Amino acid sequence: MSNPISIALKKANKENRPALLTYTVAGDSSKKQSLSILKSISKNADILEVGVPHNTPVADGSQIQTSAYRAIKNGIKINDIFQVVKDFKKLEKSKPIILMGYYNMIFQYGENNFLKKCKISGVNGLIVVDLPWPENKNFAKKCKDKSICFIQLLSPTTTNKRLKRIIQDSHEMNYLISMLSTTGGKLKVSPHEILKNYKKIKRINPRKKTVIGFGITEKTISKLKSADGLVVGSAICKEITKSLKSRQNPVINVGKLVSRLKNKIK
Amino acid sequence: MKLKKGIPVIDQGDKLGFWGGKFGGNFVPETLKKPIEDLEILFNKLKKDKNFINERDKYFKNWIGVPTRFIKLENLTNYVGGAQIWSKVVSDANGGAHKIYNATVHCLLAKRSGKKVIIGDTGAGYAGKMLSMAAKKFGLKCKIFMGAKDISRQQPNVKAIKKNGAEVIPVNSGSQTLVDAVSECMRYWVANCDTTAMCVGSTVGPAVFVRICGWSTSQISRELKDQLIDKFGSIPKKLKLYNCVGGGSSSFGFWNEFMDYDKNQCEFIGVEAGGPAESKKHAAPLTYGSKIGILHGAAQYVNQNSDGQIEETESISAGLDYPGISPLHCFLKDTKRARYTAASDEEALIAYKLVTKFEKLKPSLEPSHAFSVAIKEAKKFSKDTIIVVNSCGDAYKDKGIIEKKLGKKYVKSN
Repeated sequence: MSNPISIALKKANKENRPALLTYTVAGDSSKKQSLSILKSISKNADILEVGVPHNTPVADGSQIQTSAYRAIKNGIKINDIFQVVKDFKKLEKSKPIILMGYYNMIFQYGENNFLKKCKISGVNGLIVVDLPWPENKNFAKKCKDKSICFIQLLSPTTTNKRLKRIIQDSHEMNYLISMLSTTGGKLKVSPHEILKNYKKIKRINPRKKTVIGFGITEKTISKLKSADGLVVGSAICKEITKSLKSRQNPVINVGKLVSRLKNKIK
Repeated sequence: MKLKKGIPVIDQGDKLGFWGGKFGGNFVPETLKKPIEDLEILFNKLKKDKNFINERDKYFKNWIGVPTRFIKLENLTNYVGGAQIWSKVVSDANGGAHKIYNATVHCLLAKRSGKKVIIGDTGAGYAGKMLSMAAKKFGLKCKIFMGAKDISRQQPNVKAIKKNGAEVIPVNSGSQTLVDAVSECMRYWVANCDTTAMCVGSTVGPAVFVRICGWSTSQISRELKDQLIDKFGSIPKKLKLYNCVGGGSSSFGFWNEFMDYDKNQCEFIGVEAGGPAESKKHAAPLTYGSKIGILHGAAQYVNQNSDGQIEETESISAGLDYPGISPLHCFLKDTKRARYTAASDEEALIAYKLVTKFEKLKPSLEPSHAFSVAIKEAKKFSKDTIIVVNSCGDAYKDKGIIEKKLGKKYVKSN
């Protein structure tokens, strides 16, 4: 049986558009609200990335940091995150969920326990920001054994030799970081430049799906339409922060934002 | 887990950068893999290059000013009784602390790699001050990341950094101390690694930064070894080296050259920051049995909760106020080569009072932690025991805190 991530990517591909991947932080701003947000965006998003908040995130910009600190402050624990996923999956069994976070959280939980819990809750994929290749070889294999997609990150700094070896070891989906930046940076390179990198990756193995993330907003998303998938994270976290500040309902506002994003890539 | 003899500890890591198979490594975002690999290749080449070593030694000698003094604390020894108490006055170094060695080497490496900008983190402000000095010396643009709490409590160093023409970037996230400064500095490097060199201010971070820093501060023990032989004719039969441990750069450098001696002859004592006596928070992961976790790219003993969130620390000394500890020290602890303990804020202040009362020496609050334990233990040892405390920083930067805690006379005296 195919991983739901592959199915979602193929479906978007058939519809001649990139898959839309969203990133929200679990527990932002509360456990309940983050679940409501997932429900409200799942109509328009093809794959949901759920951030596991960490308090020393070395690759996240200020928007995601703000969301993560807010979630931690409001008491979210790792087991709550699994519960959020489980509750969501009760309603939307086939919608793929990817957990994204930092390795220490997995390390403390125990790799095997963590994966067991992922399986029970319905997690389909994992992105571990600070567990690069080849350090991730063992863990990625454990993921594969559990039919969980371990998503390899690729960057503009990744050498060609490295790209080939990482892609060779990769599962159903890879994630290309658009530019040298933490999450949420302003897009400082041209979409043309990003797509050039993207095509280079696709040439190595055209069958492996590759999504692009970092710096993608309402303004920039349509220019990268030719990719297999596009990830929007910081723009959503920013919307949550903005809504909370102006005492509006983040669930409604984020839902609208994701719908607008979807319209731009149709 | 075993410490090997005849191989520098910084080179005892495995292929993936782990000491003892589990400390250190490179837990970094993919974007940093290439710049880290480039730095590794450069460092591995240059540390064997005679010209580079000569260049380093030239700057160490003529600019930093080596060797720093090795002095007997005669009055303190007489007052305490027991072992002889000596000090290696590393605060003699240009800028007033050991951080200058690592900063200088990083700037030399940055020059060789053609980078025009160098960034660094700082807690007590020394790493930042030294990096700004070295950057100025070598014509590099410099940015220093510093927690907002540390900016307010270490003003003299902040002023010095700015005077050297570097930009101080306040970090307002988290606890607003060193841990957040290192995170923010790494984030900046992720976004600018094509043009910018990064200096990690201690023996922490991804493996290559641990190695570069340890290699740089080892100057301290190279000097001490010569000075000991000069004073005693040989390495004393009972030698005890006390050093404070935050990230662990001064202590590692203070011990490195003595690594292969039997620990019964050369004992290493690392003193962590125990924090305020009445507080549960501390910065002593080795002493209080913290679990292994990942912080700033390396596996190490680190203060954290059961979920793996890094815990806030508390210490009067900004330079020791860090939840983790160098992978090198984790390795030295588990191989039992070094012994670790902690001193509280209050104990450090008492030690500062004693040292400044009896000697013409003003150790900053960081080495005051080491003095505290050395003074306590000296009584138990025989007269032929030689205690050496690394006075790795000068108290000038702490004058605000010392005045507040102990009164004006402790700032003015000496």
